[in-house]
Amino acid sequence: MFCGAKDGAVMMSLCDMSVSVLADMLRNKHCSARELLTDVMDRAKAVQTELNCYITFNDKAVQAADEADRRIAAGEDISLLTGIPVAIKDNISTRGLRTTCASKMLESYIPPYSATAVERLESAGAVVIGKTNMDEFAMGSASDTGIFGAVRNPVDNNYSAGGSSGGSAAAVAGGAAVLALGSDTGGSVRQPASFCGVVGFCPSYGAVSRYGLIAFASSLDRIGSIGRSVRDTFYLHNTINGYDIKDVTSFEKKISPELTGELKGLRIGVCAEMMKACTDAEISDALEAAMKEMEKQGAELVDISIPSVKDAVKAYYIISSAEASSNLARYDGVRCGFRAKDTGSLADMYKRSRTEGFGAEVKRRIMLGTFVLSEGYFEAYYKRALSCRRRISYDFDRAFELCDIIAAPVYPRAGTALNNSISATDMYAADIFTVPASMAGLPAVSVPCGRSSQDFR
Amino acid sequence: MAVIEPVIGLEVHAELNTRSKLFCSCKNVFGAEPNTNVCPVCLGLPGTLPRLNRQACYHAVKMGHALSCEINMVSRQDRKNYFYPDLPKAYQISQADIPICGRGYLDILVDNEVRRIGINRIHIEEDAGKLLHDDGYEGTLCDYNRCGVPLIEIVTEPDLRSSAEARVFLETLRAVLRYTAVSDCKMQEGSIRCDVNVSVHEKGKPLGTRCELKNVNSFSAALRGIEYEIKRQTEIIAQGGIVERETLRWDDKNGVSILMRSKENAQDYRFFPEPDLGDIVLDEEEVRTLKAEMPEMPDKKMIRYVKEQGLNSSEAFIIADSPEKAGLYDECVSLGKCGCHSVANRIVGEITKYMNDTGKTIIETGITPENLCSLCSAHENGVISSSGSKTVLDELIIKGGNTEEIINRLGLVQNSDTGFLSELAGNVIALNEKSVNDYRNGKTNALGYLVGQAMKASGGKADPAKLKEILENKLKTEE
Repeated sequence: MFCGAKDGAVMMSLCDMSVSVLADMLRNKHCSARELLTDVMDRAKAVQTELNCYITFNDKAVQAADEADRRIAAGEDISLLTGIPVAIKDNISTRGLRTTCASKMLESYIPPYSATAVERLESAGAVVIGKTNMDEFAMGSASDTGIFGAVRNPVDNNYSAGGSSGGSAAAVAGGAAVLALGSDTGGSVRQPASFCGVVGFCPSYGAVSRYGLIAFASSLDRIGSIGRSVRDTFYLHNTINGYDIKDVTSFEKKISPELTGELKGLRIGVCAEMMKACTDAEISDALEAAMKEMEKQGAELVDISIPSVKDAVKAYYIISSAEASSNLARYDGVRCGFRAKDTGSLADMYKRSRTEGFGAEVKRRIMLGTFVLSEGYFEAYYKRALSCRRRISYDFDRAFELCDIIAAPVYPRAGTALNNSISATDMYAADIFTVPASMAGLPAVSVPCGRSSQDFR
Repeated sequence: MAVIEPVIGLEVHAELNTRSKLFCSCKNVFGAEPNTNVCPVCLGLPGTLPRLNRQACYHAVKMGHALSCEINMVSRQDRKNYFYPDLPKAYQISQADIPICGRGYLDILVDNEVRRIGINRIHIEEDAGKLLHDDGYEGTLCDYNRCGVPLIEIVTEPDLRSSAEARVFLETLRAVLRYTAVSDCKMQEGSIRCDVNVSVHEKGKPLGTRCELKNVNSFSAALRGIEYEIKRQTEIIAQGGIVERETLRWDDKNGVSILMRSKENAQDYRFFPEPDLGDIVLDEEEVRTLKAEMPEMPDKKMIRYVKEQGLNSSEAFIIADSPEKAGLYDECVSLGKCGCHSVANRIVGEITKYMNDTGKTIIETGITPENLCSLCSAHENGVISSSGSKTVLDELIIKGGNTEEIINRLGLVQNSDTGFLSELAGNVIALNEKSVNDYRNGKTNALGYLVGQAMKASGGKADPAKLKEILENKLKTEE
């Protein structure tokens, strides 16, 4: 649906508008939540074949939109997000709505409960459009390891939308959602946001409750927010963050700063090791240009060093795989999820269910994780990775004595072509810019800037 | 010939009687319909997270105090990873390197001697579900009601040296558990379970390889299992063989241990710190208060009863095993009006029998420390006879009341006056010449007849013990 303008010029579609504008329009009755939802759904369905953003659409969405309209009319709207259509990555539990993690293992799993983040969105009156496509169990960097096919980038269909939250990023970029939730363990919100040209915020570990986020790596997972502007993304994050009794790792205090846009006096750290690792001239040029612009607006650039950056990827893959091997052990064919047919003994049922239920990347990580935790190797791998992690935190602490935020590229390249033949280890190595913040529990945001992207604290 | 000595260690699991499970708010109850006492967390559904029940931690601390353990004010929880259908997350949240309680000990009485058995640690962990086999269904049924119920695991040092010692240790430990009230210890409900580690070695030589025996479902099964393992391992060594490190299942019905896992197939649990939970940090005040409020534990009572008060160990155990019997006994003794043996006999005898028959607690009987003491001292002082005291005791148990009042009402005061008894004895000797002669000619049981006659003549009021003594003297000395 287009909004007509006085001089006949064609305006933006509803589905491409910002949260503030939409919230205004909803309150002033320029459109209804139902109309907004319809516009978004139409766009989502129109681009589904092309982009493959969604796995499941929410058949109760219209109900939710109508309820939002009722609330707005009754003046019961407590939130900017009332009536706003939001997409949810398919590893976040939604009661009564299939949650697959893009895996055969959970292909028909319908959770009996919703994640706390989803409950908070629904309390605020947001409308869940559906569940977005992703890498299987969030393991991957191109949203191509799942069973529902790859997610394509709205900017260029020959390229991946990135991963593992590709469906969420592509939906927001393509107008198939106004906002989306993703999950970020080693960069899975920031990188696809960067590829699709939207904002991807990965909050501090503990800022958003993990209850209901289907675990990949328990000490690294966060639920992140994706929007078309920093402001929109912030509104989403601010609705879902804060203490949750069901997640003891969640922060006790809700942190809700003001968005001032004020750069004066802001000290921006430029990390020597990361800049050196950025070999794509286009990216480093764009980053430099952006930093110069910020300097012009009053920020101060400071040189900093985080020596442990060079070990971060290795330590990350050891720790995340170890935790994943434990978190995914529950998928054994016994209770929920896929069970292989005609199996014999217990061991046979376990083996075949897991062999058939999991894809190659997931199996690779489970085996890696099991290995590094096993007797005889635990000290050499897992324990060393833990101490590397402590060093990373320590390096960041020292860096933040000199600066307030750190600017860096999000990914060594602007995009990943579909049907590429990049090896697993090369894929892993490309997480070099995102993984350090993950390991240190720090928040990070990917903000687009033309065809380059930047990583801020 | 070399002396082969068995070395035994135990791992005892006890379910804690907290209101809720260890990591969720499901009720901690026994006997509900299968899979009705579950939630996404204890079912390990995707996306769920645990949250620690702190009451369980303080229950563990209480037990730690009872066993004189070091308390680790900061301890950690770890994942123990393995696959089994009764374990929904495919890992158990337990404690590995830093448990809540460290080293301690439990003193047990073996052949009236005190043996100190070391405790290595106590840690908390969650229980798994139950697997059931039903004739009407081909396959295994899983009931997850028990999943997530809090357990403490008490691990001993390998200090036990016989199955008898192990039995005494388990019974004493169970008594301690009941005193702390952290577990109801009902073996038939599975709230207390035990794994046994047995090795044998030549005394003086290094320790042998140990085998672990699982599925030990009662304390007497533990005895049988240990005996069997000692015999099995000793025979292997005697034939020049080597005992392999194995995990065995105890088949009590057939009295054999069956190989579960050899050392090649030993489980690698891949322990690592539980990332979803932080360290357990205990409150100092709470820990101190729990220690200060600890009553005297049954192991200490038993030793005191035997060593200081001269009770025999089986009496000492029966009394100390029950907090209320021990309470009654201790109070009676502290009143100081009668001997402890009299009190012990009656508690262990008639009072326990009545409690067992009726299922009543001591409070529900009529016995009080005061009236029990009065009874014991009346008997000791010869005011009433043994049979008289039994009559009084029976009434006290059922109806309670005042001992003196009962004795007088029932006319049970016996006559111990020497003069009176002497006269009585004299009369009965005079009247029963034949029996007297029989006695003097070696038929000692004639004395019993004479005592009976004298008792009859006194209308049952004579003190039979004293009477017998006086009669005997008269018979021996007078012609």
